[in-house]
Amino acid sequence: MPKLTIDGQEIEVEAGTTVLQAAEMLGIEIPRFCYHERLAIAGNCRMCLVEIEKMPKPTASCAMPAGEGMVVHTDTPMIRKARRGVMELLLINHPLDCPICDQGGECDLQDQAMAYGMDRGRFHEAKRAVSRKNFGPLVETVMTRCIHCTRCVRFITEVAGMSDLGALGRGEHTEITTYVGRALGSELSGNIIDLCPVGALTNKPAAFTYRSWELRKTETVDAMDGLGASIRVDTRGNEVMRVLPRTNDEINEDWLSDRSRFAYDGLKRRRLDRCYVRRDGRPVEASWSEALAVVAERMKAAGKAVAAIAGDQTDCETMAAVKDLAMALGSAHIDCRQDGARLEAGLRASYLFNSTIAGIEEADALVLVGSNPRLEAPVLNARIRKRWLTGQLTVAAIGPEIDLTYRHQWLGDGPSVLADLAAGTHPFFKVLSQAERPMLILGQGGLARSDGSAVLGRAAHLADAAGLVKDGWNGFNVLHTAAARVGGLDLGFVPGMGGRDVAGILDGARSGAIKVVVLLGADEIDMDGLGDAFVVYLGSHGDKGAARADVILPGAAYTEKNATYVNTEGRVQRTVRAVFPPGEAKEDWRVVRALSEALGKTLPYDTLDDVQTRLAAINPVFGTLDGVMPAAWGRCGDDGPLDGAPFVSPIVDFYRTDPISRASETMAACSAGAATQTIQGKTGTHG
Amino acid sequence: MNAPAPDEPFAFTPESLARAEAEIAKYPPGRQQSAVMALLDIAQRQQGWVSQSAIEAVAAKLEMAPMRVQEVASFYTMYNLRPVGRHHVQVCTNISCLLRGSDEIVAALRERLGVDFGETTEDGDFTLSEVECLGACVNAPMMQVGDDYYEDLTPETARAVLDALAKGETPAPGPQGGRQFSAPEGGPTTLTGAADEGES
Repeated sequence: MPKLTIDGQEIEVEAGTTVLQAAEMLGIEIPRFCYHERLAIAGNCRMCLVEIEKMPKPTASCAMPAGEGMVVHTDTPMIRKARRGVMELLLINHPLDCPICDQGGECDLQDQAMAYGMDRGRFHEAKRAVSRKNFGPLVETVMTRCIHCTRCVRFITEVAGMSDLGALGRGEHTEITTYVGRALGSELSGNIIDLCPVGALTNKPAAFTYRSWELRKTETVDAMDGLGASIRVDTRGNEVMRVLPRTNDEINEDWLSDRSRFAYDGLKRRRLDRCYVRRDGRPVEASWSEALAVVAERMKAAGKAVAAIAGDQTDCETMAAVKDLAMALGSAHIDCRQDGARLEAGLRASYLFNSTIAGIEEADALVLVGSNPRLEAPVLNARIRKRWLTGQLTVAAIGPEIDLTYRHQWLGDGPSVLADLAAGTHPFFKVLSQAERPMLILGQGGLARSDGSAVLGRAAHLADAAGLVKDGWNGFNVLHTAAARVGGLDLGFVPGMGGRDVAGILDGARSGAIKVVVLLGADEIDMDGLGDAFVVYLGSHGDKGAARADVILPGAAYTEKNATYVNTEGRVQRTVRAVFPPGEAKEDWRVVRALSEALGKTLPYDTLDDVQTRLAAINPVFGTLDGVMPAAWGRCGDDGPLDGAPFVSPIVDFYRTDPISRASETMAACSAGAATQTIQGKTGTHG
Repeated sequence: MNAPAPDEPFAFTPESLARAEAEIAKYPPGRQQSAVMALLDIAQRQQGWVSQSAIEAVAAKLEMAPMRVQEVASFYTMYNLRPVGRHHVQVCTNISCLLRGSDEIVAALRERLGVDFGETTEDGDFTLSEVECLGACVNAPMMQVGDDYYEDLTPETARAVLDALAKGETPAPGPQGGRQFSAPEGGPTTLTGAADEGES
């Protein structure tokens, strides 16, 4: 534990801490470009120079480990002069195009040039110019602005686990480029935009559409996958201009997946902004009162033959309201598992990511069952890779043979391997049972199948047999792909006594036993299976569900409401409204509340507070915000026969998994592999 | 780093492969990536230059990402990332050679070959390159052809070297002015007398 003095303040730090980190602990800011706390230290920008007594020259503080008795000065005439020199060298080849640069206003180089830059340049030779590179449809490159900090290269190599990006040439001729001009293949590639301290890598879909100081910033929670990453939604007027990650060490660190970051243009397309009622086979615009009256009439006629299916992005308020309404109507046909996952609402630990995402960093053995975390939760996958890089995590996978960005043993593709593991006859069982903190991640690919209960049962057996659950550690984890799933299970949005699940509802709709089906943004079910049932679609986008619906009720997307979501760990989080829903669309729970009134079964809540109180009454976990409550472990699943069919990941196309991303042109471009498209020379003055 | 050179298929010959294995064997198991520079050199000696295919062959051999190999290949100027002629004439124009008249050498070479820096003669015999200091300042001005240094050049001797190479001969490398290595011109100036050697 070396003790050192920085600017007269003494501090004791752990061995291996750098001088820059120690200074940061004291609140002393040292300028930097290449250093980033989540990336390897490069020490190549030289902006963080400090003076250390008894050292002859200024030292790069980011790469200098703190030593016993060091006396450091961060603000002396010598240091100011040295940093001014570094800044002058950086600016030699940096263009003065801040007025047309998207980074302008939030640029590290701009800010630090204010502190250390000169008011004029002494360099009169021609500046270098570097051609743009093709990084795919998400990242715009203006490489002339690059200062070679290599943060992007380090991120793609270390965190994303790809070797696409590198620095070719040397000195002034260095260029950051992808291998033979390929697009970036990572699902986390958007993060290099945030990492870039200058305007070399910028947001391509949003190019030239905003200046950072025009934006209103709303701190909220992502609902594009089961992770519930912390995000910041930047808006101008009533338009979402971009989505950025917020630092949250518990969930997403500093990162965000490309779908969560770039699908926001889907929030502006194919939106349902008014009610429609189908008349003579064609949807006709209707007012709220007309549409609700039609629905109420049909529901009254249907009696108990009413069913509701929740989609992947339905908020908890809406599910609670629909559940209450269904109970009032005497129907138990509700389900939040539109993919048919055999999850049980009874035992909370059986459907949570119990060890927590941050807990991955303690794990020493991991088996993935029917899951491809790289597509299902790229940020979580990066966490697994981070742990794997320390050399303390052994990973094995049962399921499709895939590149997970870290080395792992592939044990097989079907449930029989899981059965062997659970029985203790598989060699990897020994690795799990001898591990200190063993982990199992069960994906929806293992659950959303006819033998899903048996798979869940075997996984639970394995958890018991291999000691995955012990004091202070629960290594049994279910990885969800839907933001709504855990909330739905917590609310018991599953068939009640005598109720039908999704498959049962579809059967009933075909046979006529179910007369009205309410789809809460549920688009992933087989629409043809709905037969002659009267379909009410309450959701935000004109997707498959709306195309089939007899009545369309426009709802709000996750950026447009204050709503509750529970992430895969069981963390209850609230979104904050960043913009208003378009047109006549309303927050979904309010629509259900209005419908209940039209039905004469008025739900007993009028305000958001009332509904959220109701949530906590249904399940006390909703009374705890942003934290994770350990759930008690027990038996789950069954010992039924296992199918021979191999596990397949539920995500076929990472970029198009839900109504929002399917409406997004950016995601379509990614999906189409438009990655290979050539970059057209475009400047701010081109239309 | 402008237009990429057209690729040329590459596969290690058995001889190259044997040399590559010998290089890899110099490092502990699992550290085979340390041999990347040696393997790139072996590939360049085989192919004459380092093509994209050669980079990928080296990457495959060393279990590296091709990007990482390309970073190395592009960092060092001595790897030729585009094809060169049979004789690669690299003339030094750094400070010592400049002071000793490298400008005249360059002019003579340009005139003799009819090409500029970075260009190859039409018959594919010579490529002319300008390089930084090759560490032979004591014999400046100098040029490197293939693996050989030709030093103490004058425009005449530089031309003569190229003429000989064009005829298929291999002129004697080293100082072209007649002195031995970097011994003083006109013979030794110290330790000249037997007396200095002492009685024996």
